[in-house]
Amino acid sequence: MRTVRAEEIEQTICGLAKEACLGIIPACERALTEAAAREKEGSAARFALETVLQNAQTAREERMPVCQDTGYAVILAEIGQNVHIEGSFADAVNRGVRRAYEENCFRKSVCDPLTRVNTTDNTPAAIHTELTEGDRVRLTFLPKGFGSENMSRLYMLTPSQGTEGILRSIVETVRLAGSRPCPPVVCGVGIGGTFDTCALLAKKALTREPGLHHPRQDIAAIEREALARINALGIGPQGFGGKTTALGVLCEVAPTHIAGLPVAVNIQCHCMRCTSAEI
Amino acid sequence: MKKLTLPLKQEEIENLRAGESVSLSGTLLTGRDCAHKRICEMLDRGEPLPFPLRGETIYYAGPCPAPAGKACGSCGPTTSARMDAYAPRLLELGLKGMVGKGERSEEVRAAIANTRAVYFAAIGGAGALYGNAVCKSELIAFPDLLSEAVYRFTVKDFPCIVAIDCRGETIYKPSL
Repeated sequence: MRTVRAEEIEQTICGLAKEACLGIIPACERALTEAAAREKEGSAARFALETVLQNAQTAREERMPVCQDTGYAVILAEIGQNVHIEGSFADAVNRGVRRAYEENCFRKSVCDPLTRVNTTDNTPAAIHTELTEGDRVRLTFLPKGFGSENMSRLYMLTPSQGTEGILRSIVETVRLAGSRPCPPVVCGVGIGGTFDTCALLAKKALTREPGLHHPRQDIAAIEREALARINALGIGPQGFGGKTTALGVLCEVAPTHIAGLPVAVNIQCHCMRCTSAEI
Repeated sequence: MKKLTLPLKQEEIENLRAGESVSLSGTLLTGRDCAHKRICEMLDRGEPLPFPLRGETIYYAGPCPAPAGKACGSCGPTTSARMDAYAPRLLELGLKGMVGKGERSEEVRAAIANTRAVYFAAIGGAGALYGNAVCKSELIAFPDLLSEAVYRFTVKDFPCIVAIDCRGETIYKPSL
């Protein structure tokens, strides 16, 4: 049994949160650069993408949050069965979030759903833990902005709707979102599981790099086809019209019930932020 | 890029066309979900607003706290559609401009045309650039709302696209 102290968890989360909010992931920045080159010079779409790229550089140079919506703190934790955590894991994660948001002038965006009173420290975090083999702790930090989160959808399809039903669900979600979620978006898609695990699969998909496809050929084919159909919608960067409405479609899959075909589409804006570390 | 000074003059608004890029300098009021709700509740109760809206431009934004040496932290636009429920009422009170991101409802588009106002789209996700364009930030109302409070910003060279002009013409495709 290996011991990991709660303080190490706190420190790691604090560092991951800081780095995540200060910059978009390199694969996303590359995809945005390629997208900008595809749009017509002088167009509003090109202007939007160039502004976004310039913003990423400014954020990096000045160590400023790349987007003011520093998000709801989502933590995906894989905890080895042979690890003993000394102290409270959840408290340590929340302490790490609290420190990162306070020390780095990040916006605190968490509030009561009814009274709308802010918790003032961006906690509680959304913590998803998974027990794994071994004696390591792997932590992934995903600050999730709600302009895009609000546009996400969950479909409980029937088995007869099959692949075409999955594709239609993904494309419909992006079409209905229109200009609102800061396109070009990235779609995290969960296929299968149950009502709850399907949504989590969609979230986990957003920790992958856009452009890298699922190892299963049939799933990769869905990712490619959905992306092509989305980009044929013409919504374009910021909804200004154009060739790029999505930078990528990332699917994760799990077995489901013989009676069902759940599909969750979690929309991520072009400001894709994600960091991870292993203890 | 056309340079505009805030508060906007009506003749300048009349000259703007959906799709053109502009750069805004001058003063803006910030306001998002909670501030809009509170403004409308005050109007319902017949209370005077803590700041006049006539001629003003509202920026749908909730900034990050300002770090030392800066007037404002990161501060890009938020999704305007969430303010659609409130915007026509504010336009009736003389609001002239709105800055945010994304399409508006048909009701808001019509209200913009009726009041000869304008809606600008800032580039969503460009928080660092917009935060740096804020030269001065002053708390005006609702301090308990924290980042959702109303601030008066003095901005310089704030890049936007005219998204809905005073004729109701829009850059966005008709509702999909």
